[in-house]
Amino acid sequence: MKLTRRDALLLTAGAAITASLPLPALAATPEDIDADIAAFTGGADVKEGGVEITAPEIAENGNTVPVEVSAPGATSILLLAAGNPNPGVATFNFGPLSAASEAKTRIRLAGTQDLIAVAKMADGSFAMSKRSVKVTIGGCGG
Amino acid sequence: MAKVKPRVKVPKKAEVGEVITIKTLISHPMESGQRKDKKTGDLIPRKIINKFVASFEGQEVVNVDVDPAVSANPYFQFDMKFPGAGTMKFEWTDDDGSVYTAEKKIKVG
Repeated sequence: MKLTRRDALLLTAGAAITASLPLPALAATPEDIDADIAAFTGGADVKEGGVEITAPEIAENGNTVPVEVSAPGATSILLLAAGNPNPGVATFNFGPLSAASEAKTRIRLAGTQDLIAVAKMADGSFAMSKRSVKVTIGGCGG
Repeated sequence: MAKVKPRVKVPKKAEVGEVITIKTLISHPMESGQRKDKKTGDLIPRKIINKFVASFEGQEVVNVDVDPAVSANPYFQFDMKFPGAGTMKFEWTDDDGSVYTAEKKIKVG
């Protein structure tokens, strides 16, 4: 096979992509996320649904992504960003004067990824929801 | 270092039992500990607000454990059931141990 200029370019591009592949290892592994969830739930069963995550479908700037979590009847909500170097974002604990178990904040996202919210209900059960957010520019700095 | 300045927005007065929305923001770099100094290549040490607590007359409204993934100038918004006139207290705890506070009075009306 004759190696044309185009082929050579493609090859180097391919090599570059392969070389950059280990990069996502910077992101948290599923084990990290499971460990974070387990630390929050104490190993209890978590049922799907029941937590609402409001976030833009496409976030232009990963440095400040507005996110709202809401879970009626929850005493605390754990918010995780599965694709960040450290998955933990924040844990909201609602006190006796809290009117609704919901909170809004702004978070950093390193790239397109899933947000995970785990809510601890007043009766001790746990609920979990996921939502994916596309990020155009990552927000974890150089 | 940039001055850390808390800002909170609460209604001046509310009906007893009314649900009021509280917005808070504090100017703080929230240095995540992931960034590198562009000149030296050294990691910039982590310095974030790691705890935010809002309480009303000693009763907790929300208490947030904050991780580095919260944006610079952390913003929190939440709802409170207004129990009657009193003072709302806000506390942000920094990684270096300093605590920034703010207070707002809310009247019945």
